[in-house]
Amino acid sequence: MTRMDGDVLHEDLAAGVRDVTPLMLGIVPFALVAGIAAVDAGLTLAEAVGLSVIVFAGASQLAAIDLLGSNAPLAVVIGTAAVINLRMMMYSASIAPYFADYARRTRAGLAYLLTDQAYALSIAEYERNDGRSRWRYYLGAAASLWIVWQIGTVVGVVVGAGVPDAWGLTFAVPLVFLALLVPAMKDRPTTAAGIVGGAVAVVAAGLPLNLGLLVGAVCGIAAGMATEVTAS
Amino acid sequence: MTGGIGTVVSDPRVWAAILVIGALTYGIRLSFIHLFGRIDEVPARVRRPLRYVPPAVLAALVLPDLVTVGPSLAGTVVDERLLAGVVAGAVAWRTENVFATIAVGMGALWLLRFVVLA
Repeated sequence: MTRMDGDVLHEDLAAGVRDVTPLMLGIVPFALVAGIAAVDAGLTLAEAVGLSVIVFAGASQLAAIDLLGSNAPLAVVIGTAAVINLRMMMYSASIAPYFADYARRTRAGLAYLLTDQAYALSIAEYERNDGRSRWRYYLGAAASLWIVWQIGTVVGVVVGAGVPDAWGLTFAVPLVFLALLVPAMKDRPTTAAGIVGGAVAVVAAGLPLNLGLLVGAVCGIAAGMATEVTAS
Repeated sequence: MTGGIGTVVSDPRVWAAILVIGALTYGIRLSFIHLFGRIDEVPARVRRPLRYVPPAVLAALVLPDLVTVGPSLAGTVVDERLLAGVVAGAVAWRTENVFATIAVGMGALWLLRFVVLA
């Protein structure tokens, strides 16, 4: 990533920015919620921003905030967040061939910006249009998401601190997940994974150490795999 | 560490969590991008369970925030959160839009909390 030729923005970089723009409608409220939930759990502005910059993965941030706020053991906070982010290993594997020609340092930088949205957009574009500069397109989408995510977090922290608790703004957290959950349940095994994961998490919510989420997730994954076996 | 909000004091536990989660998450992101050439594909044994991580994790995140199960039926709390959640779930299913889901869900929560059940 050494030069920027062309006019203000390289055409491929601009294409990434353009394609990611409609997705911001979902990202902005998500980022605001990440900031609001952080304040609500007693995190400072520095901690909220630290989380958004260093982790930069919304679902795991919200889960970690929730667990930190309820004084869960550190190992449970970390384990839960890591399990949530494991899905990105699939993205890493899927996008890896497209980045194979880049220098190790470039790949290390691109990996930091890997998100659900940047992955989905880029893979679709790479398969559609072979002429694109891959890193430029990806950077256009991924860096836009990064910038909006950070600004949204800060605004959320500031706004969240001024809203009365009775408004229940943190209810937006399960709503964000709900919006992601519904399309993730796309066939029988994934639906089984969702139903079992959710039901077990509800029943296990009283477990010590706040292990409910982790136990629910593991049972849901097992249920998905079991259903897959039964179906085939 | 300058806490920006109120008098909240920075907790070393929080920073420890942020740094470790950040390192693990970066490792996950970098994994196959880094290894490409040596390991080109996720082994099937790993790929199968990973497919079910999103629905299982997301459902486990959502449902406990909507329903609280008590030791008895009477202790089980069904309140405006579940009702608002069902409405939002329907919107999510119809639109697959995060913004619409949040807007309708929060609207339903406020309507139920401040008007209907007030």
